[in-house]
Amino acid sequence: MNKEVEEEKRHPIEDYLRSDMLPHIWCPGCGLGIVLKAYVKALEKAEVPMDNRVVVSGIGCSGRAAGYLNQDSYHTTHGRPIAFATGMKLGNPDLNVTVISGDGDLFAIGGNHFIHAARRNIDMNVICVNNFNYGMTGGQSGPTTPTDSKTVTTPYGNFEHPFNLPHLAASSGAVYVARWTTLDARRLRDSITEALKKRGFTFIEVVSPCPVGYGRPNRIGEGIEEMRLYRETWDLREDNWIIKEDANPSDAEIELHKKILVGVFCDIERPTFMDMYMQMEPIKEKRLKHMVRDERKVRE
Amino acid sequence: MLRPRVLTGTHFMHGDFAAAEGGLAAGCNFFAGYPITPATEVAERMASRLPEVGGIYIQMEDELGSMAAILGASCAGIKSMTSTSGPGFSLMMENIGLGAMMEVPTVVVNIQRGGPSTGLPTLVGQQDMMQARWGSHGDYPIIAYTPASPQECFDLAIEAFNAAEKFRTPVLLMADEIVGHMTEKVIIPEEEEIQVVERKHPKGKPIDYIPYQADEDLIPPMAIAGEGYKVRMTGLTHDEKGRPAINAEAQGPLLKRLLDKVNTHASEIVKYEEMDTEDADVIVISYGITSRCARRAVELARKEGIKAGMFRLITAWPFPEDEVRKLAEGAKGVIVPEINYGQMVTEAERVVCGRAPVKGVTYVPGTLPDPTATLHAIKEVAK
Repeated sequence: MNKEVEEEKRHPIEDYLRSDMLPHIWCPGCGLGIVLKAYVKALEKAEVPMDNRVVVSGIGCSGRAAGYLNQDSYHTTHGRPIAFATGMKLGNPDLNVTVISGDGDLFAIGGNHFIHAARRNIDMNVICVNNFNYGMTGGQSGPTTPTDSKTVTTPYGNFEHPFNLPHLAASSGAVYVARWTTLDARRLRDSITEALKKRGFTFIEVVSPCPVGYGRPNRIGEGIEEMRLYRETWDLREDNWIIKEDANPSDAEIELHKKILVGVFCDIERPTFMDMYMQMEPIKEKRLKHMVRDERKVRE
Repeated sequence: MLRPRVLTGTHFMHGDFAAAEGGLAAGCNFFAGYPITPATEVAERMASRLPEVGGIYIQMEDELGSMAAILGASCAGIKSMTSTSGPGFSLMMENIGLGAMMEVPTVVVNIQRGGPSTGLPTLVGQQDMMQARWGSHGDYPIIAYTPASPQECFDLAIEAFNAAEKFRTPVLLMADEIVGHMTEKVIIPEEEEIQVVERKHPKGKPIDYIPYQADEDLIPPMAIAGEGYKVRMTGLTHDEKGRPAINAEAQGPLLKRLLDKVNTHASEIVKYEEMDTEDADVIVISYGITSRCARRAVELARKEGIKAGMFRLITAWPFPEDEVRKLAEGAKGVIVPEINYGQMVTEAERVVCGRAPVKGVTYVPGTLPDPTATLHAIKEVAK
């Protein structure tokens, strides 16, 4: 095979993935591949330098995202990716740190870290792949499972209230909050691009099909059917890209078989943790970043 | 005037503060913690001192997050540390396991208080010694130091950082409430006199980097985020390349190497102090604050003509197995006083393995250990 043919056979995003990890473990119809692709395309669009790209994930299907990305990648413990990423970002403020993880990881076991990282406005991006259930463990209900949905642990229908994630993120202090579905692949990519460029704590919820864990018990069908459901019964607003200014995150509740609101809910400016840390008297004198890094170099 | 990183000089210093100063002297630039008695003063000292030296102090939302954050900072190339006590130590176990599995250097200070549960927040205990060894799930290596004075809080914090960096693993500084809250003379040497170890960095090109390919010493060089090495780390069982490998074929060699990494270097890591052991019939093994009362008990026993000797653990883990075994050979007995209902004594029993009778002395958590009970035990054994 000559070089050109070889080149042609390469997938356009192959350089961004660890091909030795493929095929991936995700089920047919899963939305995670779309999210992964949107993220790498966004890295390109946002022109994030290759060496500064860091992805941290937790546990679950989404947690595996880190391992597939050909960049510095850390697959941490259940619920802790945001806390781990906090240390990483503060340890080296040059890094562009993104957490890709699931709804259970980020909002059940990891909920506390989420609200506090948002409150502190740590400069990181959180992409939550919300499939309404714990997929990896076989489809149990979680903090985002819509009321009345069936899962293996809510066989009579979920009798709990789910989180409204954009509302939670915005009220916790995130400077950029958006929600998309995997049907909005390009909007998702552009939104991630905005988030990557934005200083501060950004949050993007991606509603993603899980045909095995969520689609089957709720008789939605395959992944494509679940996506169709977003389009048809969960009516996407045509103007969803321009609701930036007026969409109230408190209206973003997700209810079974009702319209799902997507778009950018919040895009504001607020000093980051580091901005405020650098204002501290001793640090002003010390010029933290250089000091820490130079010291490391000297000691090497 | 900002204070320098190393506060060279003679101080009258709090044990918790000394642990923080030791960390700084070892090059710590990141501290994440959560307030908890009696370890809060370590965090307070760091909150005051780290900004002075250009480092980062962050008070996290809990100990789960604190432990995760210090691992993250270490992976970004910054030496990191946290401090806690009983209940917080329990929460940190989760990510101590992650640190052991991903092989991330970091230091955890535990100023032990009485437990279980909320127990005795303001009073002493030595009840976390086995948790220090086995507290996180799975088999993993651990290194734990047990300071017996504020001076040792300082010295051993440096040792802890050096061991963490050298062996790429979380290292514990297992002090106790009395040592932590004690104020004593602490001598801080000149910066140049302090030996500071740095982790091994990969020598080859980033493209050739294999994250878990160990050198002959079983320790893989560690690349940090942001340097182009495309680091791949996971808490899952993994192969040399850091790829998840969920099978026994990967688990076997990985765990063997992780455990051997510390075990085969045990003689280099192990630290202890001996007093009057040369001719001793009765060996008192102790650590932390209890060692200070054991020392007195041994002195009193000697005055009464009993050949007692003290063996003080400076590392609890790895346990000085060979040394203890040798001392037990031909001894009338081994006494292990501790502020718990029998923890390190079980390790002593395992190691002594019938060479001599081993007897624990329980000091009820919350009490200042008094030499009397240990002296009594020495006399019983010496009969």
